[in-house]
Parts: sequence; C-alpha cells; structure tokens
Amino acid sequence: MQRTPSDDPHLDPPAASGTSRRRFLGYVLAGTTLTVAADMRLGTPAEAAIPSPPQIAEIFDLEDLQTTTGLATANLIRITIGTDGTASFSLPRMEVGQGITTSTAMIIAEELEIPVERVTVGLAPARPELVFNQLTGGSNTTVSTFTPIRVAAAVAKGALLKAAAIQLGAVVDQLTAKAGVITAPGGASVTYGELAESAASASTQGVQVQLKAASSYTVVGKPTRRVDARDIVTGAKKFAMDLEVPDALPTMLCRPPGLNGSPKSVRNREAVLAMPGVTDVAVVDTGVAVRARTFGQCITATRALDVEWNAGGIEGEDDESILAKVRRAEVPLAVPKVPVLATQVDASFEFMFRSSAALEPNCAIADVRDGHATVWAGLKAPIVAQEDIALAVGLPLHAVTVNVITGGGSFGHKLFGDHAIEAAKVSKAMGKPVRLMWHRVDEPRQGRMHPMATSRIRATCLAGEVLTFEQRHTSIATDFGHGLGDMLTATADKLPGGLVGVGLSQSIFLLTQELPYNVGLVTQLLSETDTRFNTGSMRAIYSPDVACASELVIDMLAQKLRKDPLAFRLGLVKHDNVRGVLTKVAEVGKWGRPMAPGTAQGIAVHREYKGATAVLVEIDCRPETVNRQVRDGVTGPRVTKAVIAVDAGLVINPQGLEAQMLGGVSDGIGLALTNSVHLKDGHFLEASWDNYFYTRQWNTPLEFECVVVPSASDTPGGAGEAGVPASFAAVACAYARATGTVPRRFPINHQTLSFEPKPYTPSLPESPVDGLSHTF
Amino acid sequence: MPTHTFVLNGKQVTADVEDDVRLLWVLRDVLGVTGPKYGCGINVCKACTSHINGKAFNPCSVRVADVEPTDEITTIEGLADTVEGDLHPMQEAWLEQDVAQCGYCQPGQIMAAVAKVKQVKAQGREITDADLDTIRNVCRCGTYVRIREAIKAGAARM
Repeated sequence: MQRTPSDDPHLDPPAASGTSRRRFLGYVLAGTTLTVAADMRLGTPAEAAIPSPPQIAEIFDLEDLQTTTGLATANLIRITIGTDGTASFSLPRMEVGQGITTSTAMIIAEELEIPVERVTVGLAPARPELVFNQLTGGSNTTVSTFTPIRVAAAVAKGALLKAAAIQLGAVVDQLTAKAGVITAPGGASVTYGELAESAASASTQGVQVQLKAASSYTVVGKPTRRVDARDIVTGAKKFAMDLEVPDALPTMLCRPPGLNGSPKSVRNREAVLAMPGVTDVAVVDTGVAVRARTFGQCITATRALDVEWNAGGIEGEDDESILAKVRRAEVPLAVPKVPVLATQVDASFEFMFRSSAALEPNCAIADVRDGHATVWAGLKAPIVAQEDIALAVGLPLHAVTVNVITGGGSFGHKLFGDHAIEAAKVSKAMGKPVRLMWHRVDEPRQGRMHPMATSRIRATCLAGEVLTFEQRHTSIATDFGHGLGDMLTATADKLPGGLVGVGLSQSIFLLTQELPYNVGLVTQLLSETDTRFNTGSMRAIYSPDVACASELVIDMLAQKLRKDPLAFRLGLVKHDNVRGVLTKVAEVGKWGRPMAPGTAQGIAVHREYKGATAVLVEIDCRPETVNRQVRDGVTGPRVTKAVIAVDAGLVINPQGLEAQMLGGVSDGIGLALTNSVHLKDGHFLEASWDNYFYTRQWNTPLEFECVVVPSASDTPGGAGEAGVPASFAAVACAYARATGTVPRRFPINHQTLSFEPKPYTPSLPESPVDGLSHTF
Repeated sequence: MPTHTFVLNGKQVTADVEDDVRLLWVLRDVLGVTGPKYGCGINVCKACTSHINGKAFNPCSVRVADVEPTDEITTIEGLADTVEGDLHPMQEAWLEQDVAQCGYCQPGQIMAAVAKVKQVKAQGREITDADLDTIRNVCRCGTYVRIREAIKAGAARM
C-alpha cells in the first residue's frame, strides 16, 4: 500500500510490553540502482514525562524543539547502494569535527549489516525543501537523524534481501545478511554490490520496516575511529580553501579599523592593481577586496591600500563602559535582601567577550557570474545562507547553489554565512570566481563572538534548607539570525503555554537552562542589551556562563551551611542521571583526597542535551605554577587533572563522545582561565593566537579521564557541546577553593594583557621572514 | 618572474613566483600542496608546520627566495615517504589514539611532533611532559591530551 509522507509515520503503537518494536514507513525510490529514502519526520517523540514542578527545559528543551520542527516540515533523506557494494548518504548537516559523519556511517552500517568503511557519508548541499531541517546546532544531529537514517538503511536491507531471495531461490526469512553479503541456507551467497541493480525499483514504493533491537547492536556503541582519520593524518582531507575550483584565485579583504566600519573610498586603487600578482580590487560593504595569484600577494597588496573609512559602530567604548551598560540592563531580583532569620548568598559574576573563531578562518569559494551563483563553504545553516546570498547578489533562490564543505571547527561560528555572503558579493563585484579567506587578525577584531554577560544570583537558606535560587543573566544580545528564529516561529504553537510570546533569546535561554537541584523556588531569567556587536552562539550558548555562576553559588551555599560540595550536591540533585555522573566522577577522580596548599579540587555538574555531565578537576594555583614563564604566552593557574563523567543517552560512538568531552574540558579551562578579547577605545585588541589564548599545551591537564556512564535512556543525546558548562564551572570552583577567593570576573587572567596590540592600519600584519631561524 | 627550485617531498620542483612570497603560499597556491594549513600567517598558530632538511619550520614565515635549490622540504603529504612502511610511526600513533577532531591543525601537529621527538632523542632523552608543554601548535578542538598520548606512543616506535 502506498502511503504519503503526510500520514502518521508511527504505523503501529508501541507494543504493550513497552519494548519499542514498532514499524516504520520508508521508501524504495524509482531508479536503476537501489535508492531508498526515509522521512526526516521520523525523529524521536518530543514529549518526555518528568515530575513537576519542572523548569521549561526539563519538559521541552532545545533538542525537542529542533526535533519537533523537523517533524513538521522535513523531507526525504536517501541512501544509495552502489554496484561496488558501498552505501552512500548525503547528511543534511555539517561535519565540523564533532564526528557526525563517523557516527552516521556507524548507524547505517549497523542497520544495513555492512562494514563501516563501506559507508560513504557526504554533506548535502543546501536543500531548501528541508526548510527547518538543515541546521547543525544545539548538538541535535544524532537526536534528530537517528531514527530516519535507520529506517532508510532498514528499507535498503529489506530490498536487498528481497532481490537476493529471487536470485538465490530462497525465501527472505531463510537468508542472513552479514558484512554486505547475503547467504542462503545452502551456503550460496550474493553481495550487496551484485544486487544493487536487481534490487532497484521501477517505481517508488512505500514499505514498512522494523528496526534492529538495541540488544543486537554490534556497531552502535563500539568505539570506532573517525572515518576521515587517515585523510587527516596524511594531509588528504580537503577543507574549503583546499578545493580545486578553476580560476578561483586567493582573495582577502582590507577591513576597517573600527568594528563594522565601512570603506568610503580607495585612494590608490590603480597602484595596488599594478602590484605583483594582483588581478582585481573591489569595494564591498565590509571592506576592500584584493584578488591575487597567492594569498601572500593579497596580504602585501592589502597592506598597501590607502582607504578612507567610515567610523565603526562602537567608537570610544571599552570593557568597562559596556559592562556598565550590561549592569544597567539587569533585571532586579525578586526575593528581598536578607529576610528575617534567613541566610543569603548574593553574588554577581562577569564574563568578558570571547571569540568563537575556529582554527580554520572564515573562508568560502564563490563564483557569481552569468546569472548564477555557486558557493563552497562550511555552513551550519546552508538554507539561510542560500537565501542571504540570493538577496545579496540579486539572484532568485534557484540560481544559487550552496555546497557544504567539512569545516575546520565551528563552535557556533559557522552558523552564520558571513564568509559565504561576502565571497559572493566580492565575486559579483569582480565578475570572477574568488577563493576568499579572512586573515586571522580579522577574526577577533571583526568576527562573531560570544557576548559579554553578567550573572547575578541570590539564594536564600532557612534552617539549613535552600528556599530560593534566583539567577538573572544579563548579556550583550546574542544574534540568532541564522534561522533558529524561523524554527521558533514555526514551532510556537506547539510550545508549552509559558513560552509563547516570549522573545527569541528568551526562548532559547528558557529551552536550555535548567538548574539540576532541588533548591526551592528557582528562577533563571535572561535580559539582553546592545545589538551593535557581531555575536553568535558559541558552543553551548548561555550554559557555560550560567552554569559557572550557579555552581559557584552552590559551593558558596555549601560553605555557608558547612557542607562538603559533593555531599551538598548529592543531597540536592533532582535527576538520576545527574546523581549517576556525579557519583562516578567523584569516585574516579578521588574526590576529597588531601591536596597541598594552593591546590584544590573542584566539582560541578550540568544537565542538558538529553544527558548529564559531571567534572572533577584539580588546579594548581601556587606561585611557582602561576608565574611560570612561556614565551609570548599566558600561563597562570594550571588544571593538573580533569575527570569528566557523561551520561549521553544511547551512545553511537563512545570514542567520538570521549573526544567531544575532551574538547569540552579544553574549552572549559580556557573559559575559566585564559580566553577573552579586550575592548579598548572602540577596538578589540586581539589579533592572533598569541593574543587570544585558547587552552594550549602548557595549560593542558597532565591527567585526563572520561567515563561514559551507562544510560537509562535508549535514545541518543547530544555530545558536541555537553562537555563545556560543567568543565568551566569545575575549574572556577577549584580556583575558588585553592585560593580562598571566589572569582568574580572571567576569564581569571583577563586583567593580564600579555601582548602589544597590533596596528589597525594597515589592517593586516606582514608575515615574518625569519622562519628559518626558528627551526627545531 | 624569478624561478625558484627546491626539493619538495623528494621531488625537484620549480615555481615561478616573486622572491618575497612566503613559502606557504608557494606550496598552497602555486604548487597545489594543501596539507600545510593557514591559521595565522605570522608563525604563532603553527598549523603550517612542515620540515626543512628534517627540522620543523613554518613556511608562512620564510620567503621563497630564502629556500636553496638543495633544501629538502617535507610537508605532511611526504612524511610517510621518509620512512619504511605505509605510514610514519607518528601517523600510526595518531590513528591509534584517534587524535583528530576537525583535523585542520593536525598535519602541523604531526610534523611538529616528529621534529620534537627527534630533537629530544638527539639529546639522548625520552620525551617528557615539559617537552610536550613547549609545543606551540594551537588546536581549537582541544585535542591536546590525545596529542600528548600519541606523541609518547609514536616516540616509542621512532
């Protein structure tokens, strides 16, 4: 029977036993080799039963929002079986290092009974018909794609079995499929590759399939190396700038000295055009673009440009003036200060601006000529980028092709198509293909960043019990212009009552924040101010700052009530998964072991992404460590040991999950200790990796362990962002315990400016020429 | 236009390009060798780390004119050919530890690791945490712990 995609995909209700062995609808598509499809709306059910009174994030979090949005609007995803026996799939998400091409290959391999290395997972170009279902964010990829991908793979396996039955003269039930080979009882066999054409269908057919039971998984849950690991270690992996696109010559921009300034006029265009290698000079709204034979010649020519600029948007502002503005936007706390007989913790924390730039700078290849635009770029919201590009270059949507390329990191940075839009504008202005790359300097100075914020908390205790916990998070506005807004609009009527009508940032905040403790009346509210900055969601959005503040206050409460931080938390935790990871991390990390003066342990938890994390760190704040010297480096306290325990629901690839947790810990250490940008006289001062101190080898923990805790959940949670919040909080808590002073401003080393700021004119520094005197 | 000749991954190559263009761009934009990555252009991120005559260096900060015709440049693409076998032991160690995440910095990390281990071995020592702390290559995915484990494992087989 044919069913249309609009029918209820859950054909059978769950069995009375509670085991989830329902049947799903998939499709064998018309074609000459076997191509199967499933509807992205087969995502996991959104609702979860959790005791009240919950915060909004407990009953309906950002994961549910994205999954539900997919349910309402998504379309077909396809797997093709090749005559070489491989399965090919175009994932409508972006691989940025989080390992989704590997985990997706594993999911297909599991259901299809094929070796992982015979699954090829590419990235789908922008597919406007997917509407809201092509956004890589919120650690939602596996949560939302797990079931539909399995259904497609199961349909493929079913079609192959059917074709094999005819070929081998057997009935399907007698056949076994293993490692891409189907074998009949007598031992006769046929490979998937040999069946790829005979299993194909002349017309599109809907078929019902049952998915493998979790108990029979052999691939899912098995530690598996990245599918692109060999290409990476041999230099073969291609990023956007490595692609061979004919005539797409290197292009770089001379950018304004002020944030978001714009060019008024170029005084020496002809002279620059005559410089070696230079082919074009074009003015666009964000700066003056130079196209040349090599990027080196772009840099040299850019430095020679004499440009008159319009002023930037934050003239005269600095860290303190912006912080004062944030302070003025703080919403008052509701509980009065020091009620009768009660004790209170009243604390306020400050979080400086941070750059969300990845190691691969913003870059894109664009060819806008003859009424068509083709773009190659790392994009986590390619449909939005496609629309923005069409608008920017004045072409209809169908004349714009957006190819999604694996990214050299993202951390939220590539949610926006700034680089792709800029490349398209420059290509149009020059009438030639361009290979556009931002110089590193441009990233912290003009690029997207995680906004400055404050978090004010007042918690009240009476007779040893916490009665109220109020948190007021106030932030420079976070830009969500990459499409979550559309998702929210589309989903608004499905949201719990309290959410309808609240602003976009508020909704994201409420959908992600959850204090995992029973501490009486809890309110966590966001207010935002000042939209002049280039901001965006950096890995875990609000959660790292919010968790850092709230966990520090939990420690302060414990101290006030003379309780051990671990025991205090265990007495308050609301959920089993939090209790599980907290208990595990304390055991593995040896919580409470004697520590030397100036060193301490810190412990913290976080619950989000359908899972929970707990982190235990040991920090060394002794002068001989804090003051150790590294050339052109920020040192400060060192986290000497980090243990992270994670409950991430059903784990596809434990090795990949552990990698994400390791990255989360590195991020947390940087957020607590070293990474920030400084605003002075309307400029961000940082301009390189030796100005902006992400965690480096000399601040890496000497001991690290990640424990993946068995989960009570049989569905996947998110992994990419989950490690950051508790890591940040644990380092902050450890620092407070080691030094006896609760830090109020983050990162702790923000007051140390370790470098001489590079000039703003010319906007780019000259590359050194002394590289041969620094060999080792 | 000046002509520059040197040995790249075991083969003599020639590039017609101005003297002052830094070697990174000659490799990437002129010769199409894209393993060395751009991350800063001022010799601080180390993503372009390659070898010159067996020693680690950063081609973003070397003029092509300063490379001699007899200089042997090795990029990540040529590393495996410097040893017997399919891959260099450091590449093998990288695979075994599943170090990489996005992979962008990893060619530079591996090239730096090989040179660091050789340097330490030449001093008659085993690699220590203090040696590992001196490696300046940035990894924004934060894979540092696995990098350290891989370097120790790779060093044991070099």
